[in-house]
Amino acid sequence: MLAHLNNFINKIFIIIFLSVIPCVVFAEENKINLIKNNWSFDGVFGTFDRASLQRGFQVYQEVCSGCHSVQHLSYRNLAEEGGPEFSKEEAKAIAAQFEVTDGPNSDGEMFTRPGKLSDKFIKPYPNVQASTVANGGAYPPDMSVLAKARAGGADYIYSLLVGYEEAPSGFELDDGVYYNKYMVGNKIKMSEPLSDEQVEYLDGTDATKEQMAKDVTAFLVWASEPHLEAQHKMGFKTIIYLLILFTLVYFSKQKVWSRFGLKADNKQDTFDKVEEIVTEYEGEDPKSFK
Amino acid sequence: MSEEKYIPKSKLGQWFDSRLPLLTLSHHLQAYPTPKNLNYWWTFGGILTFCLITQIITGLVLAMHYVAHVDHAFESIEHIMRDVNYGWLIRYVHANGASMFFLAVYIHIFRSLFYGSYKSPREVIWIIGLLIYILMMATAFMGYVLPWGQMSFWGATVITNLFTAIPFVGESITTWLWGGYSVDNPTLNRFYSLHYLLPFLTFGLVILHIWALHVPGNNNPIGIDVKKNSNETMPFHPYMVMKDLIALLLFIIVFLWFVFFAPNVLGHPDNYIEANPLVTPSHIVPEWYLLPFYAILRAIPSKLGGVIFMFSAIFILMLLPWLDTCKVRSATFRPIYKKFFWVLVFTVILLGYLGAKPPEGIYLFLSRLATIYYFAHFLILLPMLGRYEKTDPLPQSISDPVLNKPGVLDRVKKAASEYEGDNVGSFK
Repeated sequence: MLAHLNNFINKIFIIIFLSVIPCVVFAEENKINLIKNNWSFDGVFGTFDRASLQRGFQVYQEVCSGCHSVQHLSYRNLAEEGGPEFSKEEAKAIAAQFEVTDGPNSDGEMFTRPGKLSDKFIKPYPNVQASTVANGGAYPPDMSVLAKARAGGADYIYSLLVGYEEAPSGFELDDGVYYNKYMVGNKIKMSEPLSDEQVEYLDGTDATKEQMAKDVTAFLVWASEPHLEAQHKMGFKTIIYLLILFTLVYFSKQKVWSRFGLKADNKQDTFDKVEEIVTEYEGEDPKSFK
Repeated sequence: MSEEKYIPKSKLGQWFDSRLPLLTLSHHLQAYPTPKNLNYWWTFGGILTFCLITQIITGLVLAMHYVAHVDHAFESIEHIMRDVNYGWLIRYVHANGASMFFLAVYIHIFRSLFYGSYKSPREVIWIIGLLIYILMMATAFMGYVLPWGQMSFWGATVITNLFTAIPFVGESITTWLWGGYSVDNPTLNRFYSLHYLLPFLTFGLVILHIWALHVPGNNNPIGIDVKKNSNETMPFHPYMVMKDLIALLLFIIVFLWFVFFAPNVLGHPDNYIEANPLVTPSHIVPEWYLLPFYAILRAIPSKLGGVIFMFSAIFILMLLPWLDTCKVRSATFRPIYKKFFWVLVFTVILLGYLGAKPPEGIYLFLSRLATIYYFAHFLILLPMLGRYEKTDPLPQSISDPVLNKPGVLDRVKKAASEYEGDNVGSFK
């Protein structure tokens, strides 16, 4: 009777389980697949490709920075370890290209001066509202942490940059709105930013659309996680250290526990039980022992 | 608790201990008898203490650099991530630490459910534990608001708006909570203040939790009372300390793997977008550890009903020691309860999954089903099982079940056959 009930419960559980899973799986099937790239910064040992970051900075500078700010980056970051690693002089020269409003000076006046390494990246617009108005009512997002602020991260940014297409027939697009395969709702207010040979790379790399998209994506990933390399390095060392420590502690524990004689104890219990069983059956036909 | 009187060895120790018995306390903590059959599911208490201390220490450092103001909060987080020395490490440990804390607490709670640790005489430990859990949820929720990202802001808006469902006074209570007419700077400031306060209250409750534990002593996987100061118990130090340490190290490895190699997978990308009261995100979701309750909230078609059910889902656990009337603690000896336990685990995970999905179509249907089941488990199944379930016979002592493990009896037979000597061949 009980076994019967048990079986019945088992069956019900299996049926419920098997009917929930397909529902969920079925409901999951409507995602756009992003273009997957092999990023050098992915994985446990991931590091940035310096040349790619430098090219990415160039793309940002010449193409994106007209509308997008990267307000949390400072010019000094460009020369820091784990980033594009421009020389200090190069970074200084980059900073000096910009006019920075400083002050007030001792006369109470604001003044402008050339940018310094300690300055944050100059924003294209003074504030969000100005930026929104200038871009047809759509605020070009600050790109400091963009790679972390979008599901899919680097792959999403790359896909979006190369995902411009002719709108399918029947797809309504207003003026100043473009069709992009990877944008939510497929409508984007940013016109296609990259086209072949748009930038002339200083290192002579062929500036295809894909190459530029890749470089600027890497740059944006670095911008949102400037300590990524330090993080990976420290992570690897820490985990190795912990594994060694774990091994040592494991053997220490075995040693400490053997002191308590736990195993011996159990054996003693078992031995007592064996004796009990044997005594019980002594004299009987061993065959009856089941 | 061992009742033998402890007397410090040195004269100074005796002098001090008779005035403030710290040495006695320390001796008690070392000698505290623990059942020798505790398995690794019992190591999560120590792990949770570690989590709380880690959160407090990292939080302390973060508080030195964080600015609780709607115009500067988001920026100050980026300042911590970029410019503070190892700020990224401290923040990622704190953020992932919250997730790990909940992972550990869920394992700890489900361990208690499986082995019946909430049953007499441990009801008070269980209730204090639940109070800690509730404080943890409040603390985590307010902590998530502090970076002032989109999910911070909108999560805070959704959750605080729940209070408007209270009849008559709901609106005024919500305004009072906000310190204004919407989630804004005053809200952020008070959340910060409370986020700093609650962990210390939690710490106090943890001390009570452990104190209450040390009165009856640990439950164990067999769920029967152990004879204290027999060979069934071993002193906490060094035996359990070493075992806890092993589990803790494994836990830290998992924890740090997230910190170093996937620090953002447990968070929501939208929280890297600065809060904007004018733009509502398409899906507002809380952190993963609150999702099962969020699913229950949305499964109920009325706002007030949802709120009541959501809070009931937590508070019903407080009644568990009285809803589960079965005298046998460990599920090992409860064949039917054991199955329902796993169904409950599955239901809670399913609710968590559904909480992350929009409340429509199949998702809504499933979350209603799962919500009904969740409450039925506690209100119908447990009382019924207590009455009708036929439990397996309990062993006499915690050493006994060693013989019932697969293979052991065979070895016993073999040993017995060798003992008999002559009849080896015929002995099968």
